[in-house]
Amino acid sequence: MKQLARDVVIINKLGLHARSAAKIAAMAGEAHHPIWLEKDGQRVDAASVIEILTLMCPQGTQVTVVIDHPDDTGILNAIVKEIESGFGEI
Amino acid sequence: MFADHLEEIRINGIKASPGICIGKAYMVDQEGVDIVERYYIDKQHRSKEVKRFKAAVRKAIDELNEIITNAPEEFQQHTGIIETHMVLLKDKMLYDKTIQLIEAEGINAEWALKRIVAGLKSMFRNISDTYLRERTADIEQVSDRIMRNLVGADKVNIGAIDKRVILVARDLSPAETSQIQLERIKGFITDRGGQASHTGIIARTLEIPAVVGLRNATRLINNEDLLAVDGTNGVVVIHPSDNTLVEFEERQQRYEDYLTLITRESHHRAETPDGHYVPVMGNIELSEEVVSVRDHGGEGIGLYRTEFQYLSRSEFPTEDELFDKYREVVEVMAPLPVSIRTLDINGDKAIGANGNDEEPNPALGLRAIRYCLKNPELFKTQLKAILRAAVYGNVRIIFPLISNTQEVEDAQKLLQEAADELDRTGVPYNGDIEAGIMVEVPSAVILAEELAKMVDFFSIGTNDLIQYAFAIDRGNQNVAHMYQPLHPAIMRLLKQVADAARNNHIGVYMCGEMAGDPYFVPVLLGLGIQELSMNPLSIPAVKRVIRAIEADEAKKFVNQALQETDVKRITAMVEESYGSILAKQIYKA
Repeated sequence: MKQLARDVVIINKLGLHARSAAKIAAMAGEAHHPIWLEKDGQRVDAASVIEILTLMCPQGTQVTVVIDHPDDTGILNAIVKEIESGFGEI
Repeated sequence: MFADHLEEIRINGIKASPGICIGKAYMVDQEGVDIVERYYIDKQHRSKEVKRFKAAVRKAIDELNEIITNAPEEFQQHTGIIETHMVLLKDKMLYDKTIQLIEAEGINAEWALKRIVAGLKSMFRNISDTYLRERTADIEQVSDRIMRNLVGADKVNIGAIDKRVILVARDLSPAETSQIQLERIKGFITDRGGQASHTGIIARTLEIPAVVGLRNATRLINNEDLLAVDGTNGVVVIHPSDNTLVEFEERQQRYEDYLTLITRESHHRAETPDGHYVPVMGNIELSEEVVSVRDHGGEGIGLYRTEFQYLSRSEFPTEDELFDKYREVVEVMAPLPVSIRTLDINGDKAIGANGNDEEPNPALGLRAIRYCLKNPELFKTQLKAILRAAVYGNVRIIFPLISNTQEVEDAQKLLQEAADELDRTGVPYNGDIEAGIMVEVPSAVILAEELAKMVDFFSIGTNDLIQYAFAIDRGNQNVAHMYQPLHPAIMRLLKQVADAARNNHIGVYMCGEMAGDPYFVPVLLGLGIQELSMNPLSIPAVKRVIRAIEADEAKKFVNQALQETDVKRITAMVEESYGSILAKQIYKA
C-alpha cells in the first residue's frame, strides 16, 4: 500500500504542546487508517497526544505527517494546514 | 526539573512549631489519589473492571464538559486546556493501555492506571527540554481526575496515611488534623496559616516541626519530594542538596541534645532567684498527652481541651465515655490540678457530630459557652462527667468564652443542676471544685472586677483575646502580623485582668500561646500571672527562663513598659533588659 507524506515546520511559539497536539490527535482520530507523525526518523501515532508530546517538537522543528491510505488525504491536508497556521495561537 | 539533577529550593514561612525534620512530602490535597488500593481480579470479572474504568473516564469527560458549559463567557477562551484534557482522557497511551493492562494482568483499575501514568512520566523525564514540563502536569491532572472517580474520593482522608511523611497542604482544618495518625507525621507545612493557627498548635502539641504561611508550597512541592523542614526558623528546603542534608542532620542532633538537657532539669520547681514560685503546667487535648506533660516537668494541666472527643465521630460522646477519659487524666496527675475547659466548639473547630448549619462567622457565632448554654443537656452531660472525675484528684473547671456575668450565672446554675442530678442517682462525685472562666473576650476584661467576685480564678486565653482585641484572624496571613502580644493594647488588657484578680483574691493564670513562649516570661512575671500553662514541649524552656528572672525587677520593668504606647518600643525594652538572659536560656538554631 502506498503511503503519502507531507513535510511541515512547526511555527507556533509553544511548539507541539498539549493543546496543539490535542488538535492534531483529534483530527487524526477521525481517520479510517493510521496517521503518523515523524521527526528525525522517529515515528509516533498522530492520534495520541501523549505520543506526539514525546516527539518533543519546539518551534522550528520540521515534522512529517504520514498517512497509510489515500482515503485520509483530506485529513492529512487539514493537519498540515493547522500546523502551518500555528494552531491559531501565534 | 527532572529527578536526577533537582535544584535545591528554599522557601520561607512562619515558624509554627520548633524542630527539624527531613522526609518525603505527602500532599494532603491530592489524597485519595496518591494512595491506591491494589488487588487482583479473576478472569471472569475483568470485563466488569474495564467497565468500571470506562465509567470513571466517561464521568471525567462529563465533568469537564460541564465545566466548559458553565464557564462564564469571559472564560470561554480559556477552556482550550480543558478540551485538551478531554482529548487526553481518551488518549490511547492512557486509556487503551490501562484497559489492556487490566485485561492482561488482572489488576484493578486504580493500580493499572497508576502504572501506566508512572510509565508515561518516566518517558517524559528522559526528555531534557523544559517546555515539556507542563506536559506531565497535564497527564497527571487528567489521571487524577479519573482516579478520583474510581476511588470516589471527594473527601480528604488523611486517616489512611501509612508511612512516615511530611504533610504538605494548603491548610489543615482541625477536623483533618484530628484524623491524622499522629505517630506517622514527621512535620507539617502549609500555604496558609499564621503562628497561632490551629495547625501550629497541633504541631507543637505533637512536638513535630511545622512551618506555615508559605503561600505557594503546594505548588512548588510534588508528592514524594524530599524536604528538609526547619520549624525553628520557618524554613523549608525542597530537594535539599547533600550539604544541606548534612547541615540539617547536625542541627537536628544539636536541637535534640538541647531538649534532653533542659528536660532533665525541668523536673524541679521553677522558682525565680528572689524566691517566687511559678507553677508551670501543660495544655493537653488528648488524654495520652498527660505523659508528655509529666515527662517535660509539668506541674499539672492548666488547660484540658475537651473538644477532641466530639470531633471525628458521628454522635456526641456519652457521660461515661467522657468520665473515663477525664478520670484517666485526673488520676495520672493527682494531686496536681487538672483544669478541664468545657466544650469550646463551633468556633474554629467544627463539630463533626453536628456540623450541618454553617455559620458565616463562626468565631463570632454560637460557640463555646454560648453553644453549651443553648444545649443544656449536652452541657450537663459533660459537667456530670467532670464532677464524677473530680473524685479521683484535683479538678478545676473552666468555662470558655465568657463575655458577661449572666453567662457565668447560667453556667454555674447548670453545674449545680448537674450535681443535683448526680445526687439523685447516687453516683459518686465531688462538687467541691474550683470553677473559673477563660478571659478571652475583651468585654470580660472590662467586666473583670465584677466577674472576679463570681469565680475562683481567671485563666487568660491570649490567642482569642488578642484576636478579638485587634479584630484579626490569626490564620489570615494578611493580618497575622498584627497578632502582637507585647502591644500596649494587650499589655493593658492583661494588667487589668491581673489587677482585678489580685483585688478580689482569686487566682490569675494564663494558658494561651503567650504563656508558652519563653520570650514573654519576664513580662508575665511582672504582670503577676501566677501560673503558666502551655504545650508540654515548651515547659522546660519556660522553667529555665523563670529561674533566671528576678520577679521584683520584672514588676518594675512592666510598670515602665506600661507607660509606652508603641509596641516597637516595648519590644526594644524587652530586648535591652532581658535579651542577653533570654539568649542564654533559649535555644537558638
